[in-house]
Amino acid sequence: MPEGGVIANDETVDQPQGRASHSLRHESAELHVAGAAAYIDDLPEPKGVLHLAPGLSTVARGRILSMDLDAVRAAPGVVRVLAAADIPGENDVSPVGKHDEPLLTSDDVSFCGQLLFVVVGETRAQARSAARFAKIEYEREPPVLDIAQAKAAGGDLVWRSLTMRRGDVEKGLNEAPRRLSGEITMGGQEHFYLEGQAAMAIPGEDGEMRVWSSTQHPTETQVMITHVLDLPSALVTVEVRRMGGGFGGKETQANAVACLAALAASLTGRPAKMRLDRDDDMMSTGKRHDFHIEYDVGFDDDGRIRAVDMTLAARCGWSADLSGPVTDRALFHADNAYYYPDVRLRSLPLRTNTQSNTAYRGFGGPQGIGGAERVIEEIAYATGLDPLEVRLRNVYASGTPRDVTPYHMQVEDSIAADIMKSLAKDSEYFERKQAARRFNADSRFIRRGLALTPVKFGIAFTATHYNQAGALVHIYTDGSVQVNHGGCEMGQGLHTKMTQVVMRELALDASRVRITATNTGKVPNTSATAASSGADLNGMAVLDAVTRIKTRLVAFAAEKWKVAEDAVTFGADGVSVGDRTIPFSELVKAAYFARVSLSSSGFYKTPKIHWDQDTGRGRPFLYFAYGAACSEVAVDLLTGEMRIERVDILHDAGRSLNPAIDIGQVEGAFVQGAGWLTTEELVWDSSGRLRTHAPSTYKIPGCSDRPRVFNVRLLDEAPNREETIFRSKAVGEPPFVHGFSVLHAISDALASIDDYRTCPRLDAPATPETILRCVARLRQAAGSRVASAPADG
Amino acid sequence: MRDAIRFWLGDELITLRDVGPTVTALDWLRETRGRKGTKEGCNEGDCGACTILVVRLSPEDGALQWNAVNACIQFLPMLDGAQVYTVEDLRDPSGALHPVQAAMVEQHGSQCGFCTPGFVMSMVAFRKRVASMDRSPTDAEIDDALAGNLCRCTGYAPIVRAMQQALDAGPDRFDTIEADIAQRLSALMDGLGASLEGAKGRVTTPASSDELAAVMAATPHARIVAGATDVGLWVTKLGRALPHVVFIGQTPDLNRIERTEAGVTLGAAVTWSRAEDALCALQPGMRETIRRIGARPVRNSGTVCGNIANGSPIGDGPPLLIAAGAQLLLRRGDVRRRIPLESFFIDYGVQDRAPSEFVEGVFIPLPEPGTRFAGYKVSKRFDQDISAVMAGFSLRIECGVVNDVRLAFGGMAGTPKRAAAAEAALLGRPWDEAALEKAREALAQDFTPLSDMRASAWYRLEVARNLLTRFHAETTGGTRVSVYTSATEAVDA
Repeated sequence: MPEGGVIANDETVDQPQGRASHSLRHESAELHVAGAAAYIDDLPEPKGVLHLAPGLSTVARGRILSMDLDAVRAAPGVVRVLAAADIPGENDVSPVGKHDEPLLTSDDVSFCGQLLFVVVGETRAQARSAARFAKIEYEREPPVLDIAQAKAAGGDLVWRSLTMRRGDVEKGLNEAPRRLSGEITMGGQEHFYLEGQAAMAIPGEDGEMRVWSSTQHPTETQVMITHVLDLPSALVTVEVRRMGGGFGGKETQANAVACLAALAASLTGRPAKMRLDRDDDMMSTGKRHDFHIEYDVGFDDDGRIRAVDMTLAARCGWSADLSGPVTDRALFHADNAYYYPDVRLRSLPLRTNTQSNTAYRGFGGPQGIGGAERVIEEIAYATGLDPLEVRLRNVYASGTPRDVTPYHMQVEDSIAADIMKSLAKDSEYFERKQAARRFNADSRFIRRGLALTPVKFGIAFTATHYNQAGALVHIYTDGSVQVNHGGCEMGQGLHTKMTQVVMRELALDASRVRITATNTGKVPNTSATAASSGADLNGMAVLDAVTRIKTRLVAFAAEKWKVAEDAVTFGADGVSVGDRTIPFSELVKAAYFARVSLSSSGFYKTPKIHWDQDTGRGRPFLYFAYGAACSEVAVDLLTGEMRIERVDILHDAGRSLNPAIDIGQVEGAFVQGAGWLTTEELVWDSSGRLRTHAPSTYKIPGCSDRPRVFNVRLLDEAPNREETIFRSKAVGEPPFVHGFSVLHAISDALASIDDYRTCPRLDAPATPETILRCVARLRQAAGSRVASAPADG
Repeated sequence: MRDAIRFWLGDELITLRDVGPTVTALDWLRETRGRKGTKEGCNEGDCGACTILVVRLSPEDGALQWNAVNACIQFLPMLDGAQVYTVEDLRDPSGALHPVQAAMVEQHGSQCGFCTPGFVMSMVAFRKRVASMDRSPTDAEIDDALAGNLCRCTGYAPIVRAMQQALDAGPDRFDTIEADIAQRLSALMDGLGASLEGAKGRVTTPASSDELAAVMAATPHARIVAGATDVGLWVTKLGRALPHVVFIGQTPDLNRIERTEAGVTLGAAVTWSRAEDALCALQPGMRETIRRIGARPVRNSGTVCGNIANGSPIGDGPPLLIAAGAQLLLRRGDVRRRIPLESFFIDYGVQDRAPSEFVEGVFIPLPEPGTRFAGYKVSKRFDQDISAVMAGFSLRIECGVVNDVRLAFGGMAGTPKRAAAAEAALLGRPWDEAALEKAREALAQDFTPLSDMRASAWYRLEVARNLLTRFHAETTGGTRVSVYTSATEAVDA
């Protein structure tokens, strides 16, 4: 394979612009490198802007007996202190209408880090300093902190449990030649967007409120503000030009900060800004759900799965937030790429006295996939087959009876087997695996391991109504084009891809196309930029808007110059109208004088999808995105330290809209996924206080943690069989799953301790300590085997 | 004494008379100067989004030193006498992007872009350092240069590609004005200390160790700050007020590195970056662990003596230096004393230092011939992490038996501490498997470690024992035993 992130299949790299599949640079790249790209805290501050600092609970569960804020109010620079009683509307920011998430709490405390009050000060330093003077008395109750405690306490759920079933799982398990059961734990994950939560609100006339928020979901932020301020939506406008990273952490978690800024602005009549310090951000906002999965699997001697029964329990935190759909999506992916003949999957969204866990890249999908891959691994050790062989024997086969998911959707587009085989060949998986085994036989302290894992990821919001998008395109009389759409830019290159859609349709240079900030006043009622759907949904909406204007221009040109409409084509040199070539700007100007509308909205809704949670049946996804990763690691048996030596990834982005951006998504997602499963560990102490609340204690991957050799390739000639924007595929979340190849490679290295006879059952995150504990366990297994062996054996 | 702090910000000479001792460079740049390109990501020196360039003349040879530092934990008075550049200063006068910026654009090195200015500044600093090397940097050196900058989007691959491209690019705008910068900086070096007092607090920058002794005698409660890589967090995270700060980072005679036949003396203001080569000349075995203390921007500010004086049980320096037999130089008024470094650490939060007494330097002796030395750091993440266990081991064998051994650990107790029982188990015995096993067992007598978010007590003790095993393997088998070393060597080859 080519070295590095080479774009092997991009034949259009050197071609002129106006092509969709073109590695156009990020639209803000020059601003980024110059420090000129503005994030919320960089916006020019209006005169008299106030700054907010939060007061957070210091106990995990209990009641507030008294809240003495006099010293806070008396501190220098304090203009006002806001508490629950100051909220004119509804004191609730539950994004799912469950009314279980007060913006500011005045009585029951549900986790350590909960928002109790907010200081409004002349400077941020004064507000932060004053917040420390609060005197709060609590009546403490013992908190319920993790999945085990939540189960022991009766298993209070934040959302209904979902069950998916197909066939007769009991029968399947009982009749299978072999059967085993086990459990796997996967930790949570802090988003660690580099730009923390931030918002600025400016009050306008007659109750109007304009809010700039680092949010992935401007419409929801708008709606939450209207609840809190008791205003109609028409008075509140939310805007976001870009976020300094989101990853799901700003889908709902941006709302509280934006609401508080708007509340302060509304009550004081002055502009107000809130930007959380990193520690406050990590203490108060939700994260990826940690999961505990119990599995029972029946299979045959050839490693083929007969039946799977799984319970997927999640630590959801103190409120529902998005835990319902997140745990649902875990079930939707608990098959990963594998066919389960008889199956039952059950979710347990457990309430705990911790941060309210939320969306995070993959949205529960990766955790479900973690369960599937562990099942595969167990079968491999039980049968002595290579895990890759077990994967290939169980993979979905489209067009055969083995193509139905646990939610009764047919997998029509499975290419997982081909991708795995192709990657195994190109990465020399089997040869290198043998080499690692030879190395391990002679190596006392350092062991090597390899694994190749696939991903199949369903694309669409499982809440069907979210699968719609709007756009607004204006062409000005100089021929420049302004584009607005409902999606948000958080680094993923969405605006760049949208620019490319317009460039292709109108054959324009990038400099003629301007994407403006996402704004609820321009495109209303938008969906979150989430579920990998940004380009799929908004790309089609932009295309719709552009097509409408283009149709008018074609009709106008055909009539004016007396040619057939199909004789009007848009090219790099201008618009061909019969024999004439007219510069685009001139055509536009002529159309303007002829009173042709040069502006249009656009709209799109995803076809074919439906899902009925009551029956557990439907087609929740339009299509699946696929890929596979092969990782090799070295593990130190003395310390549990681990290093990723080489990674090869083959990923399916359909007909890529922008190969460079898509490869960037794959590389970044892989490292983020590997971080989740290795160094990133959330630790709460027994009182419920999160002890890993800053980068000094919470360790996301650094530069030296990237694989020493890192080959990423997009699948060649792989147009989406569904009619997506230019036949591309969504790319945000699926490659996150490639991190599992690292966890399984570590497991393979550790298995050498007991001569590959015991499934290491390595949990995540596989920190050095988790690895060393696994070493100790496997040594014990190996030792007892030696001890119990006959003397002559 | 001067009544002002002076430094160059880009092409502007800044003179500040009323400046609080603990206002951070980051807040001042963003809020007072409107330089919004420098970002706040963590406010504790861990993410690098706030990285700026601080240029000074080397105390050794007067050459320009281009240091990337974290503006979020750099107090403004610490910039006294420096040339400071932020991301806004990088463009060529013609408006062209700096070669590093251009490479980042061309290699798709930015996604969300928030960490990007900080990366760019670290990359510019690295380009300057590479320019003074007579070879191409290794991948490990690039990792090291970027270890203090976190990126959550890209997975780093395109940033490293951009770094490689930028290293091959032509000169930047600074190359042509180096002489001017040197002249500016020389002109600021008037040999005077500064003393500022106002509503925001009191700032003292002593011009000599004698002045520092006098200041501390007069105001024993003043807080001495060298690099602020620890004290900075007292302010940004704990909200502590420090009404009087004595900044010693630029005090000339505390910045000396003195080499004699007996060993090396590092003044109290010598940063880890400057100390690295001097220490590794004595003990090459320190290299890997010194390179993992904080990250480059932290080592460019943080000092060896600050790492000692703060008394932390998890500082990486003390175990290394204790193993090397270092002695601490303390001064109070005109009275100086010299103590074995390990005796400075009395208990958690308690050090052998009297009021108004201060650390003037640390002396590290030349090792006896035949001494085997190793430093080991074990943490969740390889770079820029706080140790779960830190170890410095020194051992000498004569006539087939161990006749000198120092086993020092961090993270295992309330202070950095020698493993007395384990040392006793080895002394006078052959360095064999049996002795190793005795020493491993004895560690349980030496230490009862804590469990916290970094590691459990079980892990700490197990790893401490296994590090002895690693030391034994490496000193008897001759090759390094580490996933990192083997990988690095493979990459470098």
